[in-house]
Amino acid sequence: MSQLQKHWDARAALNFMLGGTGAGLMIAAALAHPAGPAPVALALALVAAGLGAVWLEIGRKLRALNVFFNPFTSWMTRESLAALAFFALGGAALWRPALLPAAALAALAFVFCQGRILYAAKGIPAWRAPQVVLLVVAASLAEGAGLALLFAAGPLPLSWFALALVLRALAWTRYAAAAPAKALEAPGKMLLQVGTVGPLLLVLVASEVAGAPQLAGAVALGTGLWLKFALVTRAAANQGYALPRLPVRGARPGSQP
Amino acid sequence: MTRWAMVADLRRCVGCQTCTAACKQANDTPPGVQWRRVLDMEVGEYPDVQRAFVPVGCMHCDDPPCMHVCPSTATKKRADGIVTIDYDLCIGCAYCAVACPYQARYKSSADAKRPDVATKCTFCVERIDAGLEKGLKPGVDPEATPACVNSCIAQALHFGDVEDPASNISQLLAENQHFRMHEELGTGPRFYYLWDKAP
Repeated sequence: MSQLQKHWDARAALNFMLGGTGAGLMIAAALAHPAGPAPVALALALVAAGLGAVWLEIGRKLRALNVFFNPFTSWMTRESLAALAFFALGGAALWRPALLPAAALAALAFVFCQGRILYAAKGIPAWRAPQVVLLVVAASLAEGAGLALLFAAGPLPLSWFALALVLRALAWTRYAAAAPAKALEAPGKMLLQVGTVGPLLLVLVASEVAGAPQLAGAVALGTGLWLKFALVTRAAANQGYALPRLPVRGARPGSQP
Repeated sequence: MTRWAMVADLRRCVGCQTCTAACKQANDTPPGVQWRRVLDMEVGEYPDVQRAFVPVGCMHCDDPPCMHVCPSTATKKRADGIVTIDYDLCIGCAYCAVACPYQARYKSSADAKRPDVATKCTFCVERIDAGLEKGLKPGVDPEATPACVNSCIAQALHFGDVEDPASNISQLLAENQHFRMHEELGTGPRFYYLWDKAP
């Protein structure tokens, strides 16, 4: 009697997709693109757009600030606090690039919280697998690194991108083994074959083929976003109900009439 | 320490849904929202098939995932074990609904009393509190007992203090074999299902 949860739809998925990509872009900017405000500004805009999308989903929008009330146990509150730090540090990094590493740490905290948000949802088997946390973080790193290639495609950004791709592929393989879900089979296959192997090959020829890094980044980004969308919306089936014992009714063998 | 719990005797439940109707009437829930439901489950494969009617709803867990994930602290747990929602704090993010392994939570725009916030079975907490103030015993005195239990035509549903060894439900649990749903998740549900006599 398992059925797909209907409470979180594409708007919630967008928070994981855009927020994860934005956070990954901030980390890539700190690691591989120390100069230039454009990636940082885009990272801030993406995370803001993701949070804006999820704000559209909540029932009582004017109470949105109540989301900060439970930092003791709620990963959603912690994600919101990490987002505050991310915006403050990232915004300041637009003018003071020395703050980029701090903004990247806030970004990492943000995506870690996103992973823990899914992991804490005990009603959804596809989310409560511990491996989902690393998957969400690794996917964010790869998607952000892919997007960063649109801004610069030197050896350092390409190396970080390749490393993040391998990490994401490993995280996906580990997750898929622990929590197999039919809805994730196609996006997972695409992530490995098209979103990992393809971009890695393009990275190898990046210096010889014009546009190869950008294409690699776009493909890695697209396949990662599809996987996250499927994870949040299509793989999110409830556990359903279970009867470990059935009721024993009527006369038993050997009982007196 | 009092710990309210519910017991459903699966041998007695006939799936009439009177408890569902009584709950809707008592709590004024909108269409599509059923704090108390009765599942009609078929188990097995032909010809070895069995049918069971299974009342479900909020299990008022000892360690409720819905409370831990709630970002607004709207979901709380009282000392007597009842899990409550503060409708004035809830932001309607539905995180609790996806975290609940029992599909017990709802959010409805059509709910005139509680629009767009999380709702669920409260064990008719207002009746319990009002009854206790009058010196009544929940689970024994109908005025202090959840509406679904009062309405059950087959006496399949029971309510009481599971920490009191002399209570009605403690005796039922002692006299019968029982289980709780999804115990492996460690949530400690306070909804017991009786399935056979004690050996």
